[in-house]
Amino acid sequence: MLYIVIIFLGLSLLAYALLGGADFGAGIIEIFSGNVTKRTITHAIAPVWEANHMWLILMVVILFMGFPLIYSQMSLYLHIPLLILLIGIILRGTAFTFRHYDAIEDRSQIHYSFIFKLSSIISPLFLGIITGALILGRINPEPTSFYEGFIAPWLNGFCFMLGVFTCCLFAFLAAVYLIGEAESPSIRGRFLHFARNANVATVVSGGLVFVFAEWNGLPLARMFLDSQGALLAIILATLSLPLFWWSLLKRQVILPRLLAGFQTLMILGAWFWDQYPVILRYSNGHYLGLLNTAAPEATLRQLALALLFGSLLILPSLFFLMKTFKAKTFSE
Amino acid sequence: MEDLLAARLQMAVSLGFHIIFACIGMAMPFLMAISGYKYLRSGKEVYKDLTKAWSIGVAIFFAVGAVSGTALSFELGLLWPTFMEHAGPIFGMPFSWEGTAFFIEAIALGLFLYGWDRLHPWVHWSCGVVVGISGVASGIFVVAANAWMNAPAGFDWVDGQAYNIDPVAAMFNEAWFSQALHMTIAAFVATGFAVAGLHALLLLKDKQNLFHKTAMRIALSVGTVAALLQPLSGDISAKDVAKRQPAKLAAMEALFETSKPAAFVIGGIPDEAAREVNYAIHIPNLLSYLAHGDFNAEVTGLDAFPADEQPPVLITHLAFQIMVFCGMLMALIGLLFLLFNWRWKHLLMRRWFLWTVTLSMPLGFIAVEAGWTVTEVGRQPWIIYGIMRTEDAVSSMPGLEVTFYIFTGLYLLLIFILVWLMRRQIKTLQDKYQSAKIHEPIN
Repeated sequence: MLYIVIIFLGLSLLAYALLGGADFGAGIIEIFSGNVTKRTITHAIAPVWEANHMWLILMVVILFMGFPLIYSQMSLYLHIPLLILLIGIILRGTAFTFRHYDAIEDRSQIHYSFIFKLSSIISPLFLGIITGALILGRINPEPTSFYEGFIAPWLNGFCFMLGVFTCCLFAFLAAVYLIGEAESPSIRGRFLHFARNANVATVVSGGLVFVFAEWNGLPLARMFLDSQGALLAIILATLSLPLFWWSLLKRQVILPRLLAGFQTLMILGAWFWDQYPVILRYSNGHYLGLLNTAAPEATLRQLALALLFGSLLILPSLFFLMKTFKAKTFSE
Repeated sequence: MEDLLAARLQMAVSLGFHIIFACIGMAMPFLMAISGYKYLRSGKEVYKDLTKAWSIGVAIFFAVGAVSGTALSFELGLLWPTFMEHAGPIFGMPFSWEGTAFFIEAIALGLFLYGWDRLHPWVHWSCGVVVGISGVASGIFVVAANAWMNAPAGFDWVDGQAYNIDPVAAMFNEAWFSQALHMTIAAFVATGFAVAGLHALLLLKDKQNLFHKTAMRIALSVGTVAALLQPLSGDISAKDVAKRQPAKLAAMEALFETSKPAAFVIGGIPDEAAREVNYAIHIPNLLSYLAHGDFNAEVTGLDAFPADEQPPVLITHLAFQIMVFCGMLMALIGLLFLLFNWRWKHLLMRRWFLWTVTLSMPLGFIAVEAGWTVTEVGRQPWIIYGIMRTEDAVSSMPGLEVTFYIFTGLYLLLIFILVWLMRRQIKTLQDKYQSAKIHEPIN
């Protein structure tokens, strides 16, 4: 049962990175392209954005029911970045909805858009920062000062760079997705252009994550080199890049999406493979992992049942939703 | 500000904010579906317009409810890590189901909002009904988790650790049914009266407006049925609380001393220091009957509990009084509505009646907030009744008051924008329906 729960945790993470990520990324793209793309973006994400963000709630529930110690320790020591993430999520969802449904289009649209764009970058930045803080190993279970306990674990170069990488990756995913949603060739060209730039930015910031990790004393590169699975995943992701560029040049729609999804899967897979079963590293060398914090079997059984049964309900409905609104994609 | 107080206030603000949207998310889809059904049956445009207008309301409130609910799933840990560390595996089960229900709700709402021209009319309508059903299911799951805090079950507590965890027994704890029933009906009362009140207000400006007449009738019908059922569920709750949490009942009724028989206290201001209630009306023997079904039964007072296990009396008692008063008022207005609708339809459009309905707009939500206060404050000093104290569950991070101020500011801002946004929605509706002078009886 534990492994079913872990698989669901991984799948939710992947789904959130792809769907929620593209959702955040659309907001980042709007920062750079402004009003030109607003219509396409609104049109593309309005029917699906709430469902996209449900994956995050699913992860939170899996954590607090299945791995309560990870959830409570993370909530305690990463209180501040989690709080900022939350504020970002609240502002983004409400600003987007208000902008979409406001009956009168006037100057207020500018304010909604500003908050929407700002929070579209803050939220993924802090998602990356939190992920970085979990593995960096600066969480001190016996802090001697407020700074040491609640700020130092996450306020550093490595975490920040991972946040930047997350933003780049999400923007990249969004751009690749939106190419197929564009209403006119000129907007399509913009997304194409953006997808190329975001792809470069993702690769560069990804490299910088390793540099910053060394700088902050985390031998990330060596950890990846030592782990064959992680290394293989990174190589596969890199090898798929030329194919991706070719498919963009050929003006393909579906293939770039699949490849972008594949690359994300490989990045998360490498991460998971390398770290498993560790989720949270303390500064004293101890860690909290999926195996040493799992809830009792009775709880895991109920959680796994709820997840399996829930998927039976959710997946067909989700497919129906996508089919109804993304029929354009399916017919191409 | 003390960290414990800051954390409690932040939880109160967050839940008090979220509960409004949760209630609307439970009940409003059904209003929308009733109107949608009438449209499909009769083909009258006014029902279609109404369904669309209400669905935009559902969409806006659902989005705010979704993000404030996401916030709560994190806040449980951010504010109460010790509580969640122990409680998560025990009471997490309803949350894992709530996730599914909420997912389905989001999907069905997307289909309903954007599927008008893409789905078969009845399939489209069914999506609206699914929004409502999954909304109610979500609500019931979350309340079941809260009920567990009032009636802990499904584990053995030995030396500060939980053993023999049984999540199913925890979910179906003794309080889940009475609490879920009371909350669900409350959602329909509050939403029904709030929506009816809004349309009544707009009818005051334009009495011939068919759109608002139709809207008020549907919303008030739903609110009335729920308001008349609510006292029955309240009775079930009272008897349940009397049995399980006598301290809470004693605080609700400001019963400082165990009495046999006990009088029902209406109004009044409890003086916790002097341990008496001033300016109250006492109805002899009634509390004995309400709590135990016997006019001469003994009702446990606060004196049966050590001082450090007694809930705050003033807040609990006042909140309880406010809830009951609002509930009774709405039941009365509902009866009036039924009476007029049965015999004297013309009275429904009298200014004084429209004003009455308008003024009843906030009553349901005041009752919901008050009722929530009763159940939460009345459980203090416990976070898990009889097991874990709230003060032992709070986060050890200093400076929680900053978090509290940020969240309070954020939620106040959101409420302000929402009110403004609703006004703008209504204004455009007014413009559309102003020209339509259709004289049709309210039937």
